[in-house]
Amino acid sequence: MNFLEFTPALIVAIPLFGAFLTPIISKINEKARNIFAILILLITSCLVFILTQDVFANGPRTYIFGDSNLALPVVRILFEVDGLSMFMAIISITLALLGVIYSWSFMKENDGLDKYYTLVLLLVAGMLGMEFTGDLFNFFVFLEISCITSCALIAFYINKGESLEAAFKYIVISAIGALFVLFAVGLFYAQYNALNMATIASVLQFGFLDKIALILLIAALGMKAGLAPMHMWLPDSYGEAPTSVTFILIAATQASLYGVLRILFTIYGNAFTNIEFVFSSAIIHWFIIGLALITILIGVLMALIQTDFKRLIAFAAVAEIGYIFLGIGVGLTSLGVGYGKTALEGGVFHIMNDAFDIGLLFLIAGAVYYATKETSLNKMGGLARNMKYTAVFFIVGLLAVSGLPPFNGFVSKLLIYESTYQLNPIIAIIAILASILLLAIFVKVFYSVFMGPELPNLKDVKEVPKSMLVAMGAIVVIIIIFGLFPNLIINNIVQPATNALVNSSSYISKVLSVVV
Amino acid sequence: MIFNIPFIAVVAMIFIGLYAVLFKRNLVKMVIGIIIIESGVNLFLITLGYRWFGENGGVVPIFTNAPSEAINNAPESMVLPVPQALTLTSIVIGVAVLALMLSLVMHIYKQYGTLDVRKIRRLKE
Repeated sequence: MNFLEFTPALIVAIPLFGAFLTPIISKINEKARNIFAILILLITSCLVFILTQDVFANGPRTYIFGDSNLALPVVRILFEVDGLSMFMAIISITLALLGVIYSWSFMKENDGLDKYYTLVLLLVAGMLGMEFTGDLFNFFVFLEISCITSCALIAFYINKGESLEAAFKYIVISAIGALFVLFAVGLFYAQYNALNMATIASVLQFGFLDKIALILLIAALGMKAGLAPMHMWLPDSYGEAPTSVTFILIAATQASLYGVLRILFTIYGNAFTNIEFVFSSAIIHWFIIGLALITILIGVLMALIQTDFKRLIAFAAVAEIGYIFLGIGVGLTSLGVGYGKTALEGGVFHIMNDAFDIGLLFLIAGAVYYATKETSLNKMGGLARNMKYTAVFFIVGLLAVSGLPPFNGFVSKLLIYESTYQLNPIIAIIAILASILLLAIFVKVFYSVFMGPELPNLKDVKEVPKSMLVAMGAIVVIIIIFGLFPNLIINNIVQPATNALVNSSSYISKVLSVVV
Repeated sequence: MIFNIPFIAVVAMIFIGLYAVLFKRNLVKMVIGIIIIESGVNLFLITLGYRWFGENGGVVPIFTNAPSEAINNAPESMVLPVPQALTLTSIVIGVAVLALMLSLVMHIYKQYGTLDVRKIRRLKE
């Protein structure tokens, strides 16, 4: 019991500690450094697993930094974990672990890898911190940690102009976004003299300044999550970063998505369910649904015309973000109604499925790049002859991402279609059509990369090394299990997360009982 | 009115910074724009914590060292320490972001030979 009390802090502290130890370990030799990074993430994922079981069984858990007898309630730094935090932490740590395993062979030929592993571990600490913190200012600090580290990782190929350009775009967007978040934190502090989310949520008036703060927070975090009008940084940085980094960046993007959920449902949760504000908040719900539809359409239509393998997948990732926001938006509009909860479940489950499906496709694009040193789709062909496993994995990925039955994408997309249809059939039809288009795009990609005649310059392509196959294979196994036993996953992992979203009162009262 | 001047300055700084980021062609000027926004937000936090005590302005938030008249008559005249702590943290983070941005600008200049955003367009649409 005593040990469990410290786990929320340890889960963030261990990667942070490991990050600063990595340069020292890498003095020994390269293998020790790689094993050390994997070991740190393994320990962290064990802790996440233990904490998840406890939180799902016993409800939210808090950890307060510093002396527990100090009588300064509002300014304490505290971590609070509930179902949603743990759900996101599982995704982040799984992606980070598989990404580090993948980069063992993928990044082998580059130098400067001790810095690479340091930054990856810092990025993991940053995003886990975003997911665990119960304090808005700390959220800003962890947001900046993940921004800085991911920007440095995007610019890893520093001799390529494109990756520098993408990294500069990313840092401009995220620096401005983070400053908006800080401004909104200031607005909250000015009114309520509090910084932690639960205290703010319990006294929120939903006045004029709160509306400004809501707009700033949603704009900034939506921007970082890749919502439509501000999605343009996402294909650039996903496309130009090393593939293993792109894979972990998906988790960092979703940590911002977690911020959106936390703000909409916990901080503004009471205001939205209050009948007086139904009119003013309904605008926000429809706004989110509208942006989600635009995101889906832009993502799919732009993916259609891409010739670069990774950029194409990146635009598909934009579309998938749109599906998540569609589920969340429909869930918000009809929070009390039966299908509202279905939509929310679909949206939350799709966060996980998006991470694994799009992640798998990115890893395959990386594997193809590793084997052929080509990124343009026009210069590839006939790779299925030599890269059998990768080709099979790609079939799984393309079916899962376009939402076809035996795989996980089908389950969450069906939940979203079902509930959206009850709200407004036209939206559901648009979403389904976009999904079909996605299937068409990826079938085309499959044909041009893996099928067709053998190209003379790609004759002696070999299958990728084992560590990359292990990472891809693990995701394929996860995808198939999720697709075959959706009820098991929804009941055991997704529902605690959606319950935590809908019943924000347990999150709020937990902090109030500890702090005041 | 005089109390509102810092807030007007904050809004002005944020908009000047946004203008620089959106409309300036030079990468270094864009970086300066972001730093102006950051200073505006920091000024906002500091102004939030400031308190007025008669003609003399605020009192330093050290309880053992405050003038006795301030403690007895108007304890609320003490400047809030929390926003100052927040501002310090935010300044430190801002320096890190600034350093990273400037080093990126440096490398971009090495690769492209220019700082004009219209010419730095190797990424496809």
